[in-house]
Amino acid sequence: MISAFIFRALKGHILATVAVILGAAVLVPASNLLLPADHALHIPTYVMSLMGKYLCYALLALALDLVWGYCGILSLGHGAFFALGGYAMGMYLMRQIGSRGVYGNPDLPDFMIFLNWKELPWFWYGFDMFPFAMLMVLFVPGLLAFVFGWFAFRSRVNGVYLSIITQAMTYALMLAFFRNDMGFGGNNGLTDYKEIVGFSVQAGGTRAVLFALSALMLALCLLIASAIVNSKFGKVLVGVRDAESRVRFLGFRVENIKLFTFVVSAMFAGIAGALFVPQVGIINPGEFAPANSIEVVVWTAVGGRGTLIGPIIGAVLVNAGKSYFTGAFPELWLFALGGLFIAVTLFLPKGIVGTIQSGFSGRKAMKAASSAEKGRGDVTPVAQAAE
Amino acid sequence: MNTIAEIRSKSLLYLEDVSVSFDGFKALNSLSFVVEPGELRAIIGPNGAGKTTMMDIITGKTRPDTGRVLFEDDIDLTKKDEADIAQLGIGRKFQKPTVFESHTVWDNLELALNRPRGVFSTLFYKLSAEDTVRIEEILDTIRLTHRRNELAANLSHGQKQWLEIGMLLAQEPKLLLVDEPVAGMTDAETAETAVLLREIAKSRSVVVVEHDMGFIRELGVKVTCLAEGSVLAEGSIDFVSNDPKVIENYLGR
Repeated sequence: MISAFIFRALKGHILATVAVILGAAVLVPASNLLLPADHALHIPTYVMSLMGKYLCYALLALALDLVWGYCGILSLGHGAFFALGGYAMGMYLMRQIGSRGVYGNPDLPDFMIFLNWKELPWFWYGFDMFPFAMLMVLFVPGLLAFVFGWFAFRSRVNGVYLSIITQAMTYALMLAFFRNDMGFGGNNGLTDYKEIVGFSVQAGGTRAVLFALSALMLALCLLIASAIVNSKFGKVLVGVRDAESRVRFLGFRVENIKLFTFVVSAMFAGIAGALFVPQVGIINPGEFAPANSIEVVVWTAVGGRGTLIGPIIGAVLVNAGKSYFTGAFPELWLFALGGLFIAVTLFLPKGIVGTIQSGFSGRKAMKAASSAEKGRGDVTPVAQAAE
Repeated sequence: MNTIAEIRSKSLLYLEDVSVSFDGFKALNSLSFVVEPGELRAIIGPNGAGKTTMMDIITGKTRPDTGRVLFEDDIDLTKKDEADIAQLGIGRKFQKPTVFESHTVWDNLELALNRPRGVFSTLFYKLSAEDTVRIEEILDTIRLTHRRNELAANLSHGQKQWLEIGMLLAQEPKLLLVDEPVAGMTDAETAETAVLLREIAKSRSVVVVEHDMGFIRELGVKVTCLAEGSVLAEGSIDFVSNDPKVIENYLGR
């Protein structure tokens, strides 16, 4: 039963993508650590961290694709789950600073002393333990998605209304996290990290491992997502996207189907956020900004929603473009992003991967049609009558 | 004459005094309606007579303001939602053919099969030999065996209607509600659909809403005429179509 579930995930193009990601997980750190700095193939540490960041974004886009591309839920608040995962990791990293902070207090992070706090708030308990923090990376975004989805899907909030409340959700969280008395560092967020499980966050080796882990998690989540969408459950998901009432009248509990998918997707986003934070060295409320969540939608649309690998490609391409543009023509980036979204909507409504795939299946259908044309002579009378 | 209690206990579906209004408009006005097990019933009536509203109430999409809706004598349908009612064994075909266009014909039927529908049972579902046989049987019944691997989007309008009927069969319902199954069909398709519905009605109750009088004549079953939210006349097609009230309200127009 379980083996069939896993086996279904192993489609050709998914396997190829996983192989590429795993190849990058080995080759990029190897080139960074083993080759001399002046070697032509040497990848500098900052480039590796940048690529690691892209992989986290790719995982976030994959998470969005699961709910948007397959279930038809356009979430404009997925950045919130990403940021919550990031905060969980950030809290762990803050606790690892110990007495090496500016104020040298072994129990309280610097910003709490600055705010005159006397003791650690209860919700910071346990974050000095790595396993607990990792559990929270999954649990907190998952819980928010569960509570949010429970109410939204049960009251049958759909389409653009749902999109708007997801956007409101991330905006509300941003405002809350900006407040100093929330206990998450206010608008400065959490930063100045020193160590992760005993290794220096700045060290090249740690960065290489973080990159490799980002790639591994992306590959793992891609396989899980593929197993989900290729199961009967995945077919029901697409049914919900295309004809929700039909699914309901077939006897499925649409709200549970949506809720499960939304929670899994939020957990993927949480993992992405957690891997993102040690690589960029900071998490602040800006990550909750509504614009961030909308950018994720652009990556997913550019790559091709409902394809799983499309959003990964889209996230990497658009962010690589962003890195280039913001360096070369900083004032043009937003125009380029907006233009890209319009161009994709007009000329590539299925995105890059979706267009390529439908090109393939279109040619296959044409071949099938032409062979059916040739074989028309020996079609059985029964089939003809039924046509 | 049977007493009401007797009629009720023998019925598969029992509606009594059902009323519902939307913004003051009375869509159903103390409608009473009984379907017996194994019955094939046709419903006719002008636009706005409440035919679709009645189906909405039976399938849990709309709640009635007053009245009783009972399934198999003791299940109160007004307390259940769509998914519950579908699992109880009431299938519904929409007016506009509603199939999963981006799935193949086969997948459409596989999804509709009456199997556990929870999140985890569908995640770990594996097509069994028994299910394969059942899907092949249905494909044969709805005459789509030769198109089993095609996307539903590529089917003709009539074939989509049949596929939807096939999905309802896969659900193994005790009662099938069919809303205008031959709208937009060619004459040949209409005739085949009549054969198909009669075949289906051998093992379950079927309620068909239709405007096409020729089609209803072809079905040759008991007819109920609705108008303004209540029953105008009930009986054979000849009896109903000669009723002066029916002629005035529906046929005459």
